Amino acid sequence: MIVQETKSKELILEMLKGMKKIFLVGCGDCAMVCEAGGDNDLNNLKEMLASDGIEVTGMMVPDTSCHIPDMKTHLKKHAKEIEEADCIGVMACGAGVQSVGTVYEEKIVLPLNNSLFLGNTERFGQHVEFCSACGECRIDKFGAICPITRCYKGILNGPCGGVNNGMCEIGNDTPCAWVLAYERLEKQNRLDNLKEPLKAKKWSAHLKPMTHLNPTNKKKMEEKEAKRKAQEEKKAK
Amino acid sequence: MAKKKTVRAAFEAGEFVVTGECGPPKGTDIKEMLHHAEGMLGYVNGINVTDNQSSVMRIGSLPVCKLLVDMGHDPVFQITGRDRNRLAIQSDLLGAHILGIRNVLCLTGDGVQAGDHKDAKPVFDLESVQILQAVEALNNGKDMAGNDLKGATSLFPGAVVTPESKPIKPQLMKFEKKIQAGAKFFQTQAVYDVENFLDFMKFARQFNTKIMAGLVLLTSAGMANYMNKFVPGVSVPQHLIDRMKAAGKEKAVDTGIDIMCEFIKATRDQCDGVHIMAIGKEHLVPEIVKRAGLA
Repeated sequence: MIVQETKSKELILEMLKGMKKIFLVGCGDCAMVCEAGGDNDLNNLKEMLASDGIEVTGMMVPDTSCHIPDMKTHLKKHAKEIEEADCIGVMACGAGVQSVGTVYEEKIVLPLNNSLFLGNTERFGQHVEFCSACGECRIDKFGAICPITRCYKGILNGPCGGVNNGMCEIGNDTPCAWVLAYERLEKQNRLDNLKEPLKAKKWSAHLKPMTHLNPTNKKKMEEKEAKRKAQEEKKAK
Repeated sequence: MAKKKTVRAAFEAGEFVVTGECGPPKGTDIKEMLHHAEGMLGYVNGINVTDNQSSVMRIGSLPVCKLLVDMGHDPVFQITGRDRNRLAIQSDLLGAHILGIRNVLCLTGDGVQAGDHKDAKPVFDLESVQILQAVEALNNGKDMAGNDLKGATSLFPGAVVTPESKPIKPQLMKFEKKIQAGAKFFQTQAVYDVENFLDFMKFARQFNTKIMAGLVLLTSAGMANYMNKFVPGVSVPQHLIDRMKAAGKEKAVDTGIDIMCEFIKATRDQCDGVHIMAIGKEHLVPEIVKRAGLA
């Protein structure tokens, strides 16, 4: 999930400078899990804004806010409340904020959360970063531990000189991903996995902004294209 | 003083190699740095020039290496992956060659959080092993993407190893990779424990590469304590900390030099050289070299 947190009151009020009314959008998916976009979180924010003289004209929490067609359907139901507001504040990740922006181009859309990372839940309410969606997964080599993400330097050939009793030099009680990977592979008798020097990572596998089609969609597109070509050939004859 | 052989020539002749180090200043006043470097002429085979060490922004390693070439030194160009991607690294390596710089020490680099520009974007497109691979490619007339070069480099690549790293096994695995990737010589992270260093040398002797002990001059008991407690991969034995304490302020630097010279004498038959880091006290390097019997 996208781990996120709501911005500080000061930052939110700074964005709202000169505005009196706001419509709030949350997200029933990742943001809600992070206590940063569920009904409770929106109500708390509503209260806080009221104490600063800002009125919430209405609010809604879609199941997920990164689905653009769904967002369009949901927002339509609140057209009047949105029209009354000076802006739409979105308590969701940056993807959710931009879903709203895509649907409501004429309205000011404000991000009320900071998106932090692609996270795993370690315990209830406690999240860690294990994957950075780099576009080319090679963790078979590292005992299913990702050094691109879990090593501060994201390096591919072993620990740097900063490892300190198995911990990373950056502190924060972060274990060295390379020590973890080494120990796991040692237990599995697979240390040979680490012997060969690896070449530099292909960052071309993650060129922003990325797009993606599911296999079914891809197949449909290809079929459509083949059909179009066949018709053109028929016409030419 | 007679001119010393270059780092590479001295290694190839089987001589015990001595290198010093200079950290470029933050700012354009380089008088003191050049003065220290001049003092080392004839005492060292080479001088390392650090690359924004500890992630603190300073003059770059490359232009300072060029000034040292002009002075008659054989500089060791330290290059890290922290601030440059693979285009910039290869480009700087080509630049080093045309400026007459031959030795290049390939490092991953410290994290930016350690330095004075904590909001900078850490690059680390390449790490130490991959920078060694880049040097090997350029020496063979190709870039990392396999394109032909108009003129190859003839660089002498080195790297770093941390014999006191805890745990040690992953570090030794990486040491072997660095040799595979073309490291012809190594400087160790600061070492103080003779026994532990000699154990490491037993392991290292299996491989065809040159090893220099990295020695940082102790200048106070506080520094010895700090290095022991807070610098990853460095361990200062308690008896040395006690000795620095007993020496008192006046004799601290002298005692630090004694400790360094004793280390050199106890290990010189079993390693290939020493890299002397007299941080902030570079003017003492000639004296250290003389007292260690290396002049």
